[in-house]
Amino acid sequence: MSRGARRLHVDWTRCDGHGSCAELLPELLALDDWGFPVSRTGERDPEVPAVLERHARRAQKACPLLALRLIPAVTRAP
Amino acid sequence: MSEALWALGRGTGVVALVMFTVTIVLGILGRSGRSVAGVGRFGVTEVHRTAALTGTTLVAVHVTSLFFDPYAQLRLVDVVFPFLGAYRPLWLGLGTLAVDLLLVVVTVSLLREKVGPRVFRTVHWATYALWPIALAHAVGNGTDRTSSWLLALAAACAGTVVVAVGWRLSPSYGERGWSRTPRRLPSWPSP
Amino acid sequence: MALTLTTQRLLAGLDHGPAPRLTAGGLVDLVEASGLTGRGGGGFPTARKIRSIGRRPVVVGNAMESEYLSRKDAVLLRTAPGLVLDGLEILASALRARRVLLAVGHRIDPGRVREEVAVRRSPVEVRHLAGGFVAGQESALVNRLDGRPGLPGDPLVPVRERGVDGRPTLVVNAETLAQLALLARYGADWFRSVGTSEDPGTFLVSLTGSTRDVVPHPGVVEVPRGTSLRDVLNGAGTPVQRARAVLVGGYHGTWLPMAALDAPLSRGGLAPYGATPGAGVLHVLDRRACPLRTSADVASYLARESAGQCGPCLNGLPRMADTLARLAVRGADPRLSAEVERLQALARGRGACAHPDGTAHFVASSMRVFAGHVEAHLRGECHALGGAA
Repeated sequence: MSRGARRLHVDWTRCDGHGSCAELLPELLALDDWGFPVSRTGERDPEVPAVLERHARRAQKACPLLALRLIPAVTRAP
Repeated sequence: MSEALWALGRGTGVVALVMFTVTIVLGILGRSGRSVAGVGRFGVTEVHRTAALTGTTLVAVHVTSLFFDPYAQLRLVDVVFPFLGAYRPLWLGLGTLAVDLLLVVVTVSLLREKVGPRVFRTVHWATYALWPIALAHAVGNGTDRTSSWLLALAAACAGTVVVAVGWRLSPSYGERGWSRTPRRLPSWPSP
Repeated sequence: MALTLTTQRLLAGLDHGPAPRLTAGGLVDLVEASGLTGRGGGGFPTARKIRSIGRRPVVVGNAMESEYLSRKDAVLLRTAPGLVLDGLEILASALRARRVLLAVGHRIDPGRVREEVAVRRSPVEVRHLAGGFVAGQESALVNRLDGRPGLPGDPLVPVRERGVDGRPTLVVNAETLAQLALLARYGADWFRSVGTSEDPGTFLVSLTGSTRDVVPHPGVVEVPRGTSLRDVLNGAGTPVQRARAVLVGGYHGTWLPMAALDAPLSRGGLAPYGATPGAGVLHVLDRRACPLRTSADVASYLARESAGQCGPCLNGLPRMADTLARLAVRGADPRLSAEVERLQALARGRGACAHPDGTAHFVASSMRVFAGHVEAHLRGECHALGGAA
């Protein structure tokens, strides 16, 4: 079953800068001066290319605070 | 046959204790945000989870083999309700209690995305009770005068956990190893 | 040019009679035709907001006035509380709302509006709430109304989907509600008879100055959208030659230099300057004040007002403010300029709400508009007359 592109969403109310996500997805995420993830693509919720989707899932599962979510790339306009 | 089941039961119990010791130490290490020798923070988390699930599987085998071993005199009720057992009921009861706690912790952890981070974290605190109960059960039920090796192993596990918890409580434990302002987390309910 | 500077609609203090009741469809059509946009800072088209709300919503009027320099919600609730309540009741009846609330900030006295609620036996629940700069943010407000700490929520699930009591929630600024109340009575054509075609109607301006000399009469005035900045300042008796720049919108807004005095105060008129009317704040900076010192002070305030929930904001904003403050000291390290730029880029898009983005926007505006001043500071000089250290 084909699935549309995904974006990686950080729930900032939960993130405490543990940093596993940036270790597992260095192509998309770096860490800032205080250990919090920064999107390398400049987008707020970086799009996850298909080739990285497996790694993005692993990063999502690795977050101890459940701060990561993979969301559909196309969001509804208000 | 009974001896084989008894040996299997004791063996899995011992290894399970070691697994849970590794689990709790890695849990504390993971919370600290430090990574260990190239394993990465994600590695600490993943090994923590693997050790926990391995330990849980070993406990399942431990309980099952002892259930089928007539020498252990384990009834079905003893698996769930503590302190009703025939063989060393106090120590056995602790084992049952540990299994009960383990079931809750593992279930909630596997369902953490559904229950949310708050419930997940609160239930996880129970592991600080679970581990000493499991240790007491291991020492109380698993040892007699001919198993000084088990006592030594239990002491080593206990020592490791004490050091880890001591570190956890010390001021140098810090905010995940970064120099930063701690987040102001709300205390429920609001004033 | 003879211009009626202040067009008294909201602040006219007239008795407009009872508010009409509209159907949901009628309401949306009317608001759409009027071109009314939000007056709380976001400037979002109100019709779109109303159209997208779910069934049986909760309607919340936002009179938190958490923008530090703003006084318009206070003035509105003192002189025309009935209009704000009318707006809420019109929305509530058209949308068949489950509940309707009015959140009043702690700097405002809710006495008059509570009286009005009692007199007309309004279903509006008035809630007088404490809170700082972030307290008026819609998800923070919704959390507070639900009895939880007033921290912004993850925008992935917006309040229009799940808000107060877990219901779709429509949060509308008090001034927008008052505009709606008049719009419902007099129609879209009337509404559009002042203002510009792309940004019609009037709006409330909170005019303040960094000194009494530069703004002798601070206060709230109602002006048509599209009025030039110059006309507003002249109308308020501001000696423009004493001013260096005007902060437009609020603390998350944009500086306009004196060269931009003829900019129309409308979304289209301000867009070329990277600015929006925002919450209607116009803060005039005295020429004698060091603009970098002032900007650093504002950035510091904004850093302190972080809700403290999200790491990038809680850590990033103070560092950015400190760096700007060090730049405000003459003879500062030339690398500080690049550092401020790096930190403001780092603050964007990282946090549950737009507080870090707004702060970054303000700091970037300061660095851009006062670039000459930055260079002078790096040479050890300050061009402000009687410049502060």
